[in-house]
Amino acid sequence: MTDRRERDQHSGTETTGHEWDGVRELDTPLPRWWLYIFYATIVAAVVYWVLMPAWPLPNGYTKGVLNWSDRSNVSADIHALRAARGPMFERLAQASAAQIAADPELQQFARAAGEAVYGDYCRTCHGAGGAGAPGYPVLADDVWIWGGSLADIEHTLRVGVRSTHPETRLSMMPAYGRDGLLSAHQIADVTEYVIALSAARDRLDPNAAAAARGGALYQEQCSACHGPAGAGDRAVGAPSLSDDVWLYGGKREEIRRQVELGRGGVMPSWASRFDPGTLRALAYYVHEMGGGEPDAPAPATPTQ
Amino acid sequence: MAVASFRREWGADALGIFFIVALGAFCALWGAAHASDRAFAVQMWTALAGFLAGGAGLVYCLGRAPGGAPATKYENGVVKAGVFASMFWGVAGFLVGVVIALQLAFPNIFYFPDFGWTNFGRLRPLHTSAVIFAFGGNVLIATSFYVVQRTCRARLAGGLWPWFVFWGYNFFIVLAGTGYLLGVTEGREYAEPPWYADLWLTLVWVVYLLVFLGAIWKRQEKHIYVANWFYLAFIVTVAVLHIINNIAIPVSLAGWFSYSLFSGVQDALTQWWYGHNAVGFFLTAGFLGIMYYFIPKRADRPVYSYRLSIIHFWALIFLYIWAGPHHLHYTALPQWAQTLGATFSVMLWMPSWGGMINGLMTLSGAWDKLRTDPVLRMLVVSVAFYGMSTFEGPVMAIRAVNSLSHYTDWTIGHVHSGALGWVGFVSFGALYCLVPWLWKKKQLYSNALVEWHFWLSTIGIVLYITSMWVAGVMQGLMWRAYNAFGFLEYSFVESVEAMHPYYIIRALGGALFFIGALIMAYNLWRTAAGGAPAHEREGDVPAIAVAAE
Repeated sequence: MTDRRERDQHSGTETTGHEWDGVRELDTPLPRWWLYIFYATIVAAVVYWVLMPAWPLPNGYTKGVLNWSDRSNVSADIHALRAARGPMFERLAQASAAQIAADPELQQFARAAGEAVYGDYCRTCHGAGGAGAPGYPVLADDVWIWGGSLADIEHTLRVGVRSTHPETRLSMMPAYGRDGLLSAHQIADVTEYVIALSAARDRLDPNAAAAARGGALYQEQCSACHGPAGAGDRAVGAPSLSDDVWLYGGKREEIRRQVELGRGGVMPSWASRFDPGTLRALAYYVHEMGGGEPDAPAPATPTQ
Repeated sequence: MAVASFRREWGADALGIFFIVALGAFCALWGAAHASDRAFAVQMWTALAGFLAGGAGLVYCLGRAPGGAPATKYENGVVKAGVFASMFWGVAGFLVGVVIALQLAFPNIFYFPDFGWTNFGRLRPLHTSAVIFAFGGNVLIATSFYVVQRTCRARLAGGLWPWFVFWGYNFFIVLAGTGYLLGVTEGREYAEPPWYADLWLTLVWVVYLLVFLGAIWKRQEKHIYVANWFYLAFIVTVAVLHIINNIAIPVSLAGWFSYSLFSGVQDALTQWWYGHNAVGFFLTAGFLGIMYYFIPKRADRPVYSYRLSIIHFWALIFLYIWAGPHHLHYTALPQWAQTLGATFSVMLWMPSWGGMINGLMTLSGAWDKLRTDPVLRMLVVSVAFYGMSTFEGPVMAIRAVNSLSHYTDWTIGHVHSGALGWVGFVSFGALYCLVPWLWKKKQLYSNALVEWHFWLSTIGIVLYITSMWVAGVMQGLMWRAYNAFGFLEYSFVESVEAMHPYYIIRALGGALFFIGALIMAYNLWRTAAGGAPAHEREGDVPAIAVAAE
């Protein structure tokens, strides 16, 4: 250590006279612009403290002269949003399918509300635009397991499928292979028969002999729910086997696996999550995706 | 005479360390025997193996060199070990970063449900801890040990204990990292290690503090150099932060799970008080210590302003500690605390820039060296990135800005402009300096490879941060877009889909940065392994007056 101040050749500034392992320091004063901006940020902070809630006190905190409060701002925002959307939801919850069909403003509203809710809660499984995924039904086509009218869709949303709701939609296909109800050969035969029943027969070319053997098994095991000709039954949630739409995939192996495992997915009940207006909007949005069916005619009321 | 007394001193050190290792081994064995779950058992067996290896290594080394290195010289061995560990953990941590970036860009490809430990949730803390604590921590320990000795003209205190710090710290890294893969975590960002690892780190850290303070205590310079202020601030504050944030009650002494002492928003605030100051004191103060030694040294110019270093040091220390609440804007945290977090962050802008000015302006009179010396260029660019992120930080701490940026990838971009640009580059620069100095070589094996490293990494960083800026602002705007009816315009999934191209660019940027580090590792290895020997550095001989001890 040499306490010898010297003048730096390049800058003309004096050093502090200290040296560590060859490192010296110049005695340059603080850059003015640096100091003034530092002061300015301090002033800005103090001004902000005066305006806004800032410093804790033994019995609360300094409220600030603007009397700004995030909490009350948020609740005012929520209140305003509710006030703006409430009447429309009210109208929607009361409206019949026919009334919605006749009211373009209500339709627009229902589409916007339904799309927002669908995006956050349904899209993860059912896909963008209701495109579906293996195990998650396509919502954009006209194939419906539990019915495709606005009322049917809304009811399914309300109670869910195999959910915890007491009135849940419930169907239970047996796991024929896993539970040993049918042998592997029998399952293969039934698979051929199911293919032969369905519109997939042209692309999958079922084995006629196996399908013939499987036919008897089908009538015995499957027809009670899926119908003798595979038309399905919406009352019990048994999908149609006559079309070429397959919840768990339409390859031969995928169809066989479904007979073997009898998988059934779960959709939660949304009744307690959404208010009636939102449920109606969501049902409307799904109904509009492409395959919505008209509501069943209202039960005949006795006329005078 | 002197040799004999040092042998005695080392004997006492060895006994102390043996005691710790034996106690640790006993606890680990007890834990393994009584483990209430499999992950804890694996952790305890790992710990036992570590302690046994530590004990065996100690015996072996004492047997080979019972007197240790001559005490009249600087302790260089532990610094060399730190350089090696830094490079190893750096490469490992960057690789994991690339892997998780790919997982985000291509979630269908890089998803292995049969191997739970490869899940993003486990690899992500592995990445952050590997780069911050394993890479950054080893760089800090190595450089602080190097710098404090040279600038104090004193050997590290405590004989064998610096080695205890090195091995103990790296043992902590291994225990924490393997724990993450097993699902062992406290779920506190940057403080994930379980309670027993926290306890061990506390012990190691206190020893680190004492070893460092000892060198300052013994110094033969009248004044304490500014780099050492920063190192000391880093060591002391990290100790305080680490202890307070990790106060927890284990459910069982034979299990890894524990509950934090704090609950609710108090816990969140404690965590972010820790989290932000981990940035402030681990990733800023410590690395400013590196800057203050290696830049003037490499540029061969005096530090720009002594006065600025004093003012910005104290302002930085005083203001940083308040800034944590800006991580909790618009949450259950009382608004007055958010105000303080935001305003102190804004006031922090100039104190941070004081460091940048001192780093950059030290080059005045030596700017021409940037053309020819890629190592110095790396150090200087790191300071530029430091300036950029310490401007971006206060801006993002303003509540109105934060309402857009919070929870988006903008934050990730911000962190990485600091982490890759500042911490990464200043560390690389220091390591490029240290290897020829420590292994007594005239120069690096190849300056051309440093150029490759510099440009690949720089392009990588630019790709990384620009893609994350765009991604983050887009996320923020999508999340807050409402339609005419007052419904959200976009669902969350749509914002995820929109990120795909940016995540690919990010992964590419990270990969370039990783490749740069591989080139560096090769270059350093060739430097240490071969090349013409140089004379010892002037400051290294004879370091310490023998009679003084």
